[in-house]
Amino acid sequence: MTLPSLNLLLQAILSGVFIGALYGLIGLGLGLTWGLLRQINLAHFGLVFLGGYLSYQMAAAWHMDPLLALVIVPPLFFVIGAAMQWVLSRFAITPFNSLLVSFGITVVIESLIQGIWTADYRRLESHYNAMKFTVGKLYVPVPELLTLLLALSISFGVWAALRYTDLGKALRAMAEDGPIAAAFGIDARSMSLVLAGGCAALAGVAGVCLALTFTLTPSQIFAWVGVVFAAVMLGGLGSALGPLAAGVVIGVSEAITMAVASPSWAPIVSFSLLIAMLLLRPGKT
Amino acid sequence: MSLGGREIAKKRGLKEVLFLEWDFGNRDFGPIAARVKDASPDLVWIGDIGLEGNMLLDAMKKIDYVPPLHFHLYPAPGPMTKSPEGDKALAVTIFEEHPPFISQGEAAEFVKLFNERAKAANLPDTTVEVQAAASYTAWQILEAGVRGANSLDDKKIAEYLKKNRIDTIQGRLRFDGPGNYGDDLMKIKQVQNGAWKVVWPQTYAAPGATLQMR
Repeated sequence: MTLPSLNLLLQAILSGVFIGALYGLIGLGLGLTWGLLRQINLAHFGLVFLGGYLSYQMAAAWHMDPLLALVIVPPLFFVIGAAMQWVLSRFAITPFNSLLVSFGITVVIESLIQGIWTADYRRLESHYNAMKFTVGKLYVPVPELLTLLLALSISFGVWAALRYTDLGKALRAMAEDGPIAAAFGIDARSMSLVLAGGCAALAGVAGVCLALTFTLTPSQIFAWVGVVFAAVMLGGLGSALGPLAAGVVIGVSEAITMAVASPSWAPIVSFSLLIAMLLLRPGKT
Repeated sequence: MSLGGREIAKKRGLKEVLFLEWDFGNRDFGPIAARVKDASPDLVWIGDIGLEGNMLLDAMKKIDYVPPLHFHLYPAPGPMTKSPEGDKALAVTIFEEHPPFISQGEAAEFVKLFNERAKAANLPDTTVEVQAAASYTAWQILEAGVRGANSLDDKKIAEYLKKNRIDTIQGRLRFDGPGNYGDDLMKIKQVQNGAWKVVWPQTYAAPGATLQMR
């Protein structure tokens, strides 16, 4: 272990905050479907990458500004998510079965991506890639900053919507006690369509951010599962702010490990943190 | 391979200012780039595979750091040549599509066909380099084995290959010792003007190509 310079440490922490924000953004939709719909939707990862590839297609082939994808992809994904939920709601699917079904959907999405864009690496090259500014001696890349700002605004927006709007209260009531909520006139079926569509739209937003900051390849879909699951479990199922906070904790802990010790220790530290938090947090059964 | 490279570098008197290992599938290269920048090395030797090198170079660019020299063990060849950060990247190779490799008829024909078919298949990178040449070499070895043994029997083919040297587009191979590659056929290549060019040894260097520093 070496003692890093303050600048190196701060730069590493900033890097951890940025990647943690992406963990949180991807985890937000996953955690909401898990907590409120009781579905462990692995297809969320497939949708994130599909969103990334669509952003790439818009920028590389159709020469559109990549940020325009933020306007086009989420509404499209809302429809896809709601349609998937409509099909799933035809069957009485348990949380475990939802994991299996959504794993199958993820494989289908992966094959679809591979069929259209091949297994080769794709990189969304845009003028945003090179945009950065400095704060003191710290370098702040604009695409990562944009991801952080989107993660913050969307997480707080979802939190406020769940807390203060009728729709949010209905969703929470449905998750708390479906039959009682139905007795109060809440239509669980239409609520679940809205929620699934919204979460798919969030996957679309995360996909755009992913494409702005990472190189895409279909097999990478599964590389994000472990760490995002960790962020969701650490942040709390159905929580709007939890995945972001947990994602940043994981990202920063990994980054500090990389800055002071061997980078190969980073996953051990973050997952040890997860295990410790799950064991020690209040209210564990 | 990476650890072997490290061992040889030490034996040859290179001073190691920083040694880092990361997990396969690492996503965040920011802290690693910051540590490399802090160490200010003359050469960054990266035992990378696939896109890891590009991701590290991207992270370095974000903190305004350009390594004076950077070597990559198994880079994704196409993305490295297309990325501006990949300029002057070094790597090992067995074959590149420039003279003297393509001076012999079979290699030239193979390169021509590969280029045409890769273009027709809409591949993002249509250039022949290590992987394509190694695959073609494998077929050459098999063909030579079958013809030499005059048999399709595995054992007879293996016996023939162990006793004879095989001419391939990457050079003359032998299979009678450890490594199964034959003599030292490795060359050093560098990205120059968006293409891989062999710079060492001089006898295999692309016309006019020499090692370039930043």
